Parts: sequence; C-alpha cells; structure tokens
Amino acid sequence: MSQVAELASNLREFVRMVGAVVLFLLRMLGQIPRLIARPRLVVEQIYNTGALSLVIVMICGMFIGMVIGLQFYDILARFGSEDAIGVGAALGLLKELGPVVTALLFAGRAGTAVASEIGLMRATDQLSAMEIMAVDPIMRVAAPRFLGGIIAMPLLVAIFIAIGLFGVQLVAVQQLGVESNSFWSQMRAAVGVDDVVDGIVKSFVFGVACSLVAVHEGFTAIPTAEGVGRATTRTVVISAVLTLILDYMLTAVML
Amino acid sequence: MSASDPSVTPVAARASTDNLVEIQDVHYSVNGREIFSGLNLAIPRGRITAIMGPSGTGKTTLMRLITGQIRPSSGRIVFDGQDVPTLKRADLYKLRLRMGMLFQNGALLTDRNVFENVAFPLREHTKLPNSLIRHIVLTKLQAVGLRGAAGLEPAELSGGMARRVALARAMATDPELLIYDEPFTGLDPISMGMIVRLVRQMNYALGITSIVVSHDVEELSILADMSYIIAGGKVAAAGSFVDLKDHQSEIVNQFMNGLADGPVAFHYPAPDYFEQLLSRTV
Amino acid sequence: MRSTRSIEISTGMFVLLGFAALFFLVTQITNRELSVDGSSYTVEARFENIGSLKVGAAVSMAGVTIGRVDSIKFDQTVYKAVVGLKINSAYNRIPSDSDASIMTAGLLGAQYIGITAGGGEEYLKEGDQVTLVQDALVLENLINQLAASFSGRKDEPKDAAANGNTEESK
Repeated sequence: MSQVAELASNLREFVRMVGAVVLFLLRMLGQIPRLIARPRLVVEQIYNTGALSLVIVMICGMFIGMVIGLQFYDILARFGSEDAIGVGAALGLLKELGPVVTALLFAGRAGTAVASEIGLMRATDQLSAMEIMAVDPIMRVAAPRFLGGIIAMPLLVAIFIAIGLFGVQLVAVQQLGVESNSFWSQMRAAVGVDDVVDGIVKSFVFGVACSLVAVHEGFTAIPTAEGVGRATTRTVVISAVLTLILDYMLTAVML
Repeated sequence: MSASDPSVTPVAARASTDNLVEIQDVHYSVNGREIFSGLNLAIPRGRITAIMGPSGTGKTTLMRLITGQIRPSSGRIVFDGQDVPTLKRADLYKLRLRMGMLFQNGALLTDRNVFENVAFPLREHTKLPNSLIRHIVLTKLQAVGLRGAAGLEPAELSGGMARRVALARAMATDPELLIYDEPFTGLDPISMGMIVRLVRQMNYALGITSIVVSHDVEELSILADMSYIIAGGKVAAAGSFVDLKDHQSEIVNQFMNGLADGPVAFHYPAPDYFEQLLSRTV
Repeated sequence: MRSTRSIEISTGMFVLLGFAALFFLVTQITNRELSVDGSSYTVEARFENIGSLKVGAAVSMAGVTIGRVDSIKFDQTVYKAVVGLKINSAYNRIPSDSDASIMTAGLLGAQYIGITAGGGEEYLKEGDQVTLVQDALVLENLINQLAASFSGRKDEPKDAAANGNTEESK
C-alpha cells in the first residue's frame, strides 16, 4: 500500500515538474517581444553558447568524419562499392550523427556553462537582486540564453556536418584513393534537400530541449555550491537522455 | 527618479506615526512549517528600523515578503498604501523601483565591473544618455567612497567594498526604502564602521527609510530608532533599544544579552542522555 | 570581461560560418531534385517494372547526366509504369528510336535511366514516347533464370549471383 502511495507521489512530482518546465518555457516565450527590442542580449548569448562551442564542435566534427571515412571504407570495400562512401557519410552525418553528437557536445560545453552560471547567480542572490531592481531575471537572464542556444544549435550542426564531410573526404579521397568525382556525384545523386531539412529540424528540436534543460536547471538550482554542481550534472544527463529519446521519436516520424 | 518627488524628500518633517510599511497579521508557512503566525509590525517613514531575532526566525523571509518576492498565506503587507501581495506583476515592478535592497554578500553581477553594476538599474529602466549615466554612477560611487574602484571586477573587491558597491547600486534609482540584509556579517571592524556610517548617512542626509535586518546587537544599538525582535513567528518585543534591554520576556532577554541557554535551548532536542548512553541502539 | 566589440565580431563570424556551412550543405551535396536548369522538355517511357527508381533519379547518356526523372505514375489500362523524363533543352538531338533502360549506379548506388542513342533521323521532343525500353532487374526473375540455366552453363550462375546481390543489398 505504501508503495502505491509512493508511486503516486512520484508520479505527482513528475507531473508537477513537467508543468513547471512548461510554464517556465511559456514565461520565456512571453519575453520574446521585449528581447526583439534588445537584440544585443541575445547576441551576447549566441556568442556564449555558439561561438565558444565552435572549436570543440569543429574538432569533433573533423574526427568523426575521419572515423566514418575509415569505417565506411572498410565496410563498403567488402562489397566493392567504396564509391558509395560519400552517400553513406553524408546521410549519416546529416540525419543522425551531426544533430545528435552536436547536441551532446552542446550539452557538455554550453549547457553546463549556462546551468552553472545561472545557478551561481541564484546562489549569490544575483537573481534576487535583479528582481528587487525590478528587472525580470526570466527576461534578462533566462530567455536570452534560451534563444541564443536555439539559434546557435542549427548553425553548430551545419558546421559540424560540413567539417565532418571534409574529414570523410580527407580520409576516403585523399588517403584511401576513392575517386573524387564519384564520391561527390554519388553523394549528390542520393542526398536531397529534404535530408538537409531533416537534419536542421532535428537540430532545432535538440536546441530547444538542451537549452531549456540548461536554463531551467540553473534557475531552479539549490542555492549552494553543492546545488549548483548537481544542477550542472543533471543538465548533462537530462540533455543527453532527452536528445536520444527525441532523436528516436523524430526519426520514427521522419522516415 | 522617484525621490526627486518633493513630497518624499523632506521625510523627517513628517509625523513619526506615518508608516511607510505596515505588516498586518501575516501568516506564512513553507512545506507545512509555520514561519510567521500573525506577525504585526510597522516601519516608520524616514527612520532606521532594526529587525532582530535568533537565526532561523525568518528575518530574510520577511524581507522577501516586503519586496513581494513571495506571498504570505494570509495577511496584508502595505507599502505606502498599496497591498504588496495583491499587486499585479507590472505594478509590483513599479513599486520595486521605490525600494532598494542590500544583500548579505552584495549580490553584484559577476559578469560586469563595478561601474556597470551601479549603472545596471539605470540602463535597464531609463534611456538616459551615457554621459548622464556616468555622472550619476560616479556620484553614487563617490558617496560610498569607491569612485576610484569603478574599473574593478566584483571578484577583486573585499566583502566590505562589495557591500558598499551594492549600496551605491541600490541607491542608483533613488529609492524611498532601503533594506539591509545582515549588513555587518563577516566584516572587519573598519568595514563595519564604514557601513554603519553609510546607513546613517543615507537615512539622515537623503531621508530614506531603512530596515536593517541583523543580529549584531551592538551596531544596531547605535543605529536603530526602532527595533523589533522576532521569535516564534511573532514579534516578541518592540520599542527603542533601552526598552528592549529591560524587557521582561525571557527570549528577548536571552537574545539581547547573548545567553547560551534559555527559551532557545542549548541542547538540540534529544532522548534522555543516560538512557541513550546505556542503550545499544543509536 | 571581453569588450563588446570583440564579442560582436566573433559572434558575427560564427553566424556567418554557420550559414556558409548550411549553404554548402544545401547547394553542394544535394542534387537529387532539380538540376535541370533552364528550359527542358519532357518525354515519356513505359516500363513493365521500374524496380526502385525514384523521382529525381538521373537520366544519362554515355554517362553524362542530361536530365532527371520528373514523374512516376502507374497506368491502369496497360499495367505499366509511366516515367516522365525531363531532359535539358540543350540535348535536343536524341533520336526518337533511342533505347531507355533502368540501370544501377555502382553496386549500392541508386537506379537511373540510361539512354542509348538510336539511329533514326527524327529527334525526341516535348510529349514524345520512348518506345524501346528495358526494365529494371528483379531479383526473383534472376533467380528463376538462374535455376533454369543452372545445369547448362558454368559461368552464368556466378554472374547472376552477383546481380542478385545488387538487388538484395538495397
């Protein structure tokens, strides 16, 4: 009986949390008109979430592309169709690896930075101080970081994929001797704009999810050093799990 | 800003019964634990009011109630005729422009320097030209003696300096009410003296109503015109410092004289000492 | 704190780089849909079986892409697939007795339509039909052929098996 009660209370807590996150999201969305009047706030956060994640995204994109080059070449060589490597790599990067890996990197680099920064502002009363100064922290702190993340994510994904393809090309064409023409022409013949759109849609959804998690975790962090640390960890864990679940759901819908 | 309103500035001329803030029968509880059960107090306009009490009596909660960051379960919190908990968001924000608050650690924004911290409320709420903002900020920093520190980052400031910058920031919009949350905690005697001087100066020179939440009895005895001791969710004693020193109530006596044991027990509630020593269970 | 100016510069660089990458992805690695730029004419070909041919597949002659598959429909009266071929107007001297066959690019590649020039004096124009066609290879048919000819010939099965592989790995 007590287990039933515990389950019920857990369920209630989960429902409450979902409700709290949705309300938080709506409050941020409500600030968009005011942020349009002050684009500088968002630009600052595109810098913090996007520009500062650029290097790690580029390095990882390059190496993942090179690994794909090696692996796909090895697999495809068994069927004697190494030329198809461009197709496989492009579709793999566009539809899965690009959005998912970038989202995971984003959660690790930008998500944690945002969560710990906001959590620290909470712990040091900076958010309360803003409220007393009649400045809404949702408008001033949360919404710009959220929007900055949403704008930055698809751009990071596009950069990741482009660099990744360069990496594939580097290994497959330059190193393993796949014929350059057929590499590109087969890729072009098989990849459509709708594949690119699929990837961008995914990256947008992941951007919303990861940014929302980071901002919300920071905002609701327990205002102690330990609480901020825990919020940071939770940001990475929740973002990663959510990204992979959403990825499955989106893929199921898109295919 | 609002303090340039002539009806506000010559506050000292007003009758002492004129209260800027009145708290009427406020009940407040968190997670079923009652923090206030019928709290009544009044903050006289243009005076320094001390709010004291043992740790955990909800002094900070009271500040959050007055500034409308949280709402009471019941009761009225009246700021200059307006019932704070019933205000809509926009009105509440308008009201907060008339309040300033000094947080324990200053709560300076860590992503900008001293100058920009003081300029922050001006930039958020006004469209003043940069030259005027610069003028106001330097004036406020001069008042707290830190004009020379304008270019420093918050991380480079000592605790006392951070609080003085925070005070300059709170003053930037010329509020009518200044709330000091534990302004003396963790300061060396010199910094403490500076803060005491500033609190007085702000109050007398600018006619600002001040609420000082603290348990530093000695400093408050110099500063406060009026004092409240909160204990057990209610006002345990109120009056001038002299009144409180001679107060009958045990808790007030314990607090004012810093006694180790009394209504606030030295021992945390525990089972019988000998019984526990003899038993094998923890 | 970094100066506003340098933040703006790096943000601008990041955003431009992002859009450049996006532009690269959309224009440089995709080609499936369009690519019959400018004017074109459409001819029709009817196949018994088109296999996995898709709209957007290449139409090529001698290995050069000259057009795209524009539409694929099923004609209920004759039970055939009607494939519309959109061909670039620059290639306006394709004999009308040319042969269209469905081929596979590489082992795993997509299917496309290969046109082999005929010898006629008349050329294909808008709305014409290509009458000589060759269907896509179908795995089941190959297996049947293979089973029938198994005892007779020695090298045939190997070829057929390789072809079967083509179909299977799709």
